[in-house]
Amino acid sequence: MTEIRNYTMNFGPQHPAAHGVLRLVLELDGEVIQRADPHVGLLHRATEKLAESKPYNQSIGYMDRLDYVSMMCNEHGYVLAIEKLLGLEPPVRAQYIRVMFDEITRILNHLLWIGAHALDVGAMTMFLYAFREREDLMDCYEAVSGTRMHATYYRPGGVYRDLPESMSRYEPSKWHNEKEVERMNADRQGSLLDFIEAFSDRFPGYVDEYETLLTDNRIWKQRTVGIGVVEPERAIALGFTGPMLRGSGVEWDLRRKQPYEVYDRLDFDIPVGATGDCYDRYLVRMEEMRQSNHIIRQCVAWLRANPGPVMVDNHKVAPPHRETMKRDMESLIHHFKLFTEGYCLPAGEAYAAVEHPKGEFGCYLVSDGANKPYRLKIRAPGFVHISAMDEMVRGHMLADLVAVIGSQDIVFGEVDR
Amino acid sequence: MTRTVTEIADRLKQLSGEFPGGVDAQVSGLTGELTVEVGAADLIAFVLRLRDDPELRFSQLTDLCGVDYLEYGAEGEAPVPERPARFAVVYHLLSMKHNQRLRLRAYVAGEPPLIATVTDVWPSANWFEREAFDLFGIVFDGHPDLRRLLTDYGFIGHPFRKDFPLIGKVEMRYDPEKKRVVYEPVSIEPRVLVPRVIREEGYGD
Repeated sequence: MTEIRNYTMNFGPQHPAAHGVLRLVLELDGEVIQRADPHVGLLHRATEKLAESKPYNQSIGYMDRLDYVSMMCNEHGYVLAIEKLLGLEPPVRAQYIRVMFDEITRILNHLLWIGAHALDVGAMTMFLYAFREREDLMDCYEAVSGTRMHATYYRPGGVYRDLPESMSRYEPSKWHNEKEVERMNADRQGSLLDFIEAFSDRFPGYVDEYETLLTDNRIWKQRTVGIGVVEPERAIALGFTGPMLRGSGVEWDLRRKQPYEVYDRLDFDIPVGATGDCYDRYLVRMEEMRQSNHIIRQCVAWLRANPGPVMVDNHKVAPPHRETMKRDMESLIHHFKLFTEGYCLPAGEAYAAVEHPKGEFGCYLVSDGANKPYRLKIRAPGFVHISAMDEMVRGHMLADLVAVIGSQDIVFGEVDR
Repeated sequence: MTRTVTEIADRLKQLSGEFPGGVDAQVSGLTGELTVEVGAADLIAFVLRLRDDPELRFSQLTDLCGVDYLEYGAEGEAPVPERPARFAVVYHLLSMKHNQRLRLRAYVAGEPPLIATVTDVWPSANWFEREAFDLFGIVFDGHPDLRRLLTDYGFIGHPFRKDFPLIGKVEMRYDPEKKRVVYEPVSIEPRVLVPRVIREEGYGD
């Protein structure tokens, strides 16, 4: 009788279902996974070390590039850590803007997740639908920051600038005639807030469409129900946060438990799962999109009614107004010092965490009183989740691995940093 | 029932007698965060108390990282302020029961710096410790699988140490004659765009 041995298989780093550059070394018994050894670091850029060599504000742009599908939430964690050490509180309007953009970012992230996850599991349409909505939200990014993805919009002390009063519009071209352009510009006649409100009117209907396609879909349920189950105690011990933890039935959300900015003034619900499988995590994220939409609407209403400053007027950390700079010597000096030297943080350390779309995103900042961080440690939620990959897929079939990777919502920018 | 940060600090001071190296718990006036320092020898006994004591219940290890204090507070020619050791491991813990966070620091002496692993206490430490080993060369005694994590296969050195240059030590290119990728010492010059300065409090007011 011949001896049957396990064989090892290499998955990735360029596999389309690996969500970037994940190399998995799998030990298989037939089609059953005995051991999964993720090899990460192919996208390691030493962000933390780079931050040590630059003034604080110059690293905000690096944060966008960590989890490159939820850019502004990364900035938020970093900016909060700086503000905590400086003892700085941004104006209320800036806090509302941050919350609104955090939730826009959450929808952006979950849309990409549902698109990619469904595509991995075999549903092509979801990807096309999700990217249609992402386009509108990226236009919101572009309206405030001038760029569709890597915004660098949050700054210590507030946000870079106030919300614009007009939206950019399409122009007729050889691909779109006058009539089509008129339809495309229908929501773009007013301010950014009008555009966001119009989106938030449409969006719940879109989520209904996604759910029609997936929630009761037999193939979708066969691929996700009972796959990658994590018990609540185990999820806590493994360091899970965000939808991964809530999918296992632990009601833990930093927006509610340790509120930052103005989350304590807003009304929203925290969805939790029951069994902790891929399907529950899917349901949690779908409901989170609806809740985010609800939060966005509250922020829009508040922001309409309450104009005001969006940046502190402490010119040690925030640049002075361009106009005053032209005629006021003091402002010119502030501007020069801020952009050539930056500002110093008091010696000490701070850890600030935000509820990122993927979980708890934290920044641990050590300062020795200089104008650059002494050490910056980024606590990325995806890093912790992928470290539990082996445990989650053991004993599952090879095809289930793809469903688990999808449901972990892995992005390598933040895992490798 | 939740506890405030000072109640937790008081509880830790009560426990301090149990550990020969002593436990130093301080609440920062600046940020309101609780930082605890413990000797590396007492680490495992102490973290078990942190996890299992009903008044503490730090059930989750949110973060673990290495810190290299080699140049901490260095300014001009003045000598660097003394520290118990060059390296420290910093643990960030979360108690969901009491909704509190805690920062635990243990200085690690020796070369290579050696400290006990906490993977048996919190399984989430596994990859964090691999990362700290990779980037700082801190060895975690008893770790089940202490391999490099983020750097390349065959990488030499620990890149996040303060004496490791930002531009690295080697660069790589394809050599058409040897028909393979070769490593060579870096050819670029390191440069500093914005010099590091420490300003006294109230500078420029």
